[in-house]
Amino acid sequence: MKPGIDAIQDEIIEEFSMFDEWMEKYEYIIDMGKSLPAIAAEYKDEDHEIKGCQSKVWLHAALNGERVEFTADSDAVITKGIIGLLVRVLSGQPASEIVNANLYFIDKIGLKEHLSPNRSNGLASMVKQMKMYGYVFDGKIKSENV
Amino acid sequence: MIEPAEIVKRAFDIRQIRTDFPILNTTMNGKPLVFLDSAASSQKPLAVIDAMDEYYKTGHANVHRGVYQLSQKATDQFEQSRRTVQHFLNAEHDHEIIFVRGTTEGINLVASSYGDKFVRKGDEIIVSGLEHHSNIVPWLMLCERKGAVLKVIPVLDNGELDMNVYAQLLNEKVQIVAVNHISNALGTINPVEKIIGMAHEHGIPVLIDGAQATPHMEVDVQALDADFYVFSGHKVFGPTGIGILYGKEKWLNEMPPYQGGGEMISRVSFEKTTYNELPFKFEAGTPDIAGVIGLGAAIEYLQGIDMEAVRDYEHQLLIYATEQLSQIDGIRFIGTAAEKASVVSFLIDGLHPYDVGAILDKLGIAVRTGHHCAQPLMDRFGIPGTVRASMAFYNTFEEINALVNGVKKAIDLLK
Ligand SMILES: Cc1ncc(COP(=O)(O)O)c(C=O)c1O
Repeated sequence: MKPGIDAIQDEIIEEFSMFDEWMEKYEYIIDMGKSLPAIAAEYKDEDHEIKGCQSKVWLHAALNGERVEFTADSDAVITKGIIGLLVRVLSGQPASEIVNANLYFIDKIGLKEHLSPNRSNGLASMVKQMKMYGYVFDGKIKSENV
Repeated sequence: MIEPAEIVKRAFDIRQIRTDFPILNTTMNGKPLVFLDSAASSQKPLAVIDAMDEYYKTGHANVHRGVYQLSQKATDQFEQSRRTVQHFLNAEHDHEIIFVRGTTEGINLVASSYGDKFVRKGDEIIVSGLEHHSNIVPWLMLCERKGAVLKVIPVLDNGELDMNVYAQLLNEKVQIVAVNHISNALGTINPVEKIIGMAHEHGIPVLIDGAQATPHMEVDVQALDADFYVFSGHKVFGPTGIGILYGKEKWLNEMPPYQGGGEMISRVSFEKTTYNELPFKFEAGTPDIAGVIGLGAAIEYLQGIDMEAVRDYEHQLLIYATEQLSQIDGIRFIGTAAEKASVVSFLIDGLHPYDVGAILDKLGIAVRTGHHCAQPLMDRFGIPGTVRASMAFYNTFEEINALVNGVKKAIDLLK
């Protein structure tokens, strides 16, 4: 059974608390990107691109029962690491919980304050897009259960 | 106002210069700021900050309107700045200097007013493949409105313009040529005198986008014989929100106004409006008075420095940066024109410019990454963007070392 959204967030906060240096954080984020499950090549197209980032980000979502599985990729490794963190937290979670997730870990690990507005716009777009999928799938599940 | 003959040039002393710019002594991400993004916007000397501060504290009133002394004083200062700009560009008349919001607005003004009057269906407009979006989009919009056609001077592999194709593009259907003096993305210094001369042989006027040239070199619009010359205050060490359109009197007189409002009319009734004379015809509404005064102060500051020494110094910085960076494995320079301003645009094999920029940021080094508002140019080279370090006369050789070390560190971390 996959831990819940907050449990994973706390796990990540715990992991980041070991780093004093931004370099270590970045290395960790880059590694997170490397371990991100690959997105199918067919989804690396304009339809799956998230706008608002300087680098390209592709995101795919599929419903598996009541849970949403995300896969993602980016052509920049730091961005890939950031979306990797989001995938780690949100992928495999129930659609209804994704919609309402409070992603406090972003602030806690210093991602928001350490990324300039430009780039956090990219981050904000990623979160928005993932929640949008959650919203759409949640609606679909509910309408099928009526 | 300082008359050119009175100006006493300071000898170029980098340590002195750096104390003029307070921001250069600050930190970014806890590291001493290494500011290598002056092509996007340059930093401001105290002279500019103080002039604007003083104006708001003791000199503010609306211009060209009041009968009282404070308004007179503001108007005098405002008009003095216009003459300062006139001398800066060596324009023949002060009424050929129009205050606008920046390069973008200057180009839009010409595309709109000149375009409305002189461009017709089937006519042609020439731009170059090196242009900033703000010297492409207003012309595209004009072409759409009028059914005219945009022609593009191609860019060679080294980032220079293909002058042979340019010669072939000139014909009687062309109504205007619009090119930049220096490319913001690559630093190429274009042969604008030649570009203008060739167009004039066909009777075609030329607009020069001088946004990147004015911070680096002396510009003489009469010697160039430019019909229009535009630049932004914030790139010549002045404030944001103010810029200059220079236009030859004969064109400005023939062009209809750009915006309607106060200041630009001499008489209004509901039946008919008579337009004011130059330059007011093109300056509708209350202008950015503090911006104009700040720009005047910036130009006076520049006029106080030996610009020849500046050019020399910046060239040394460029050569040093290029040499040092070229020792990095996998670096590829975009833009290797023979004549270049102090801009280095590059890519590191296998690395995204964004990643490199993000690491440099953590090291306190400000560079620009991305397409630099020149997407057609990036497409021309088949790249998503570059890392661009652009230097001003306040940068140092030590800062170049910091950049080079930063790039090496980024490579270690990212590969
Ligand atoms: C060559 C060039 N043209 C035009 C512009 C646009 O200037 P502004 O945004 O100040 O209007 C820039 C600014 O980046 C530029 O570098």
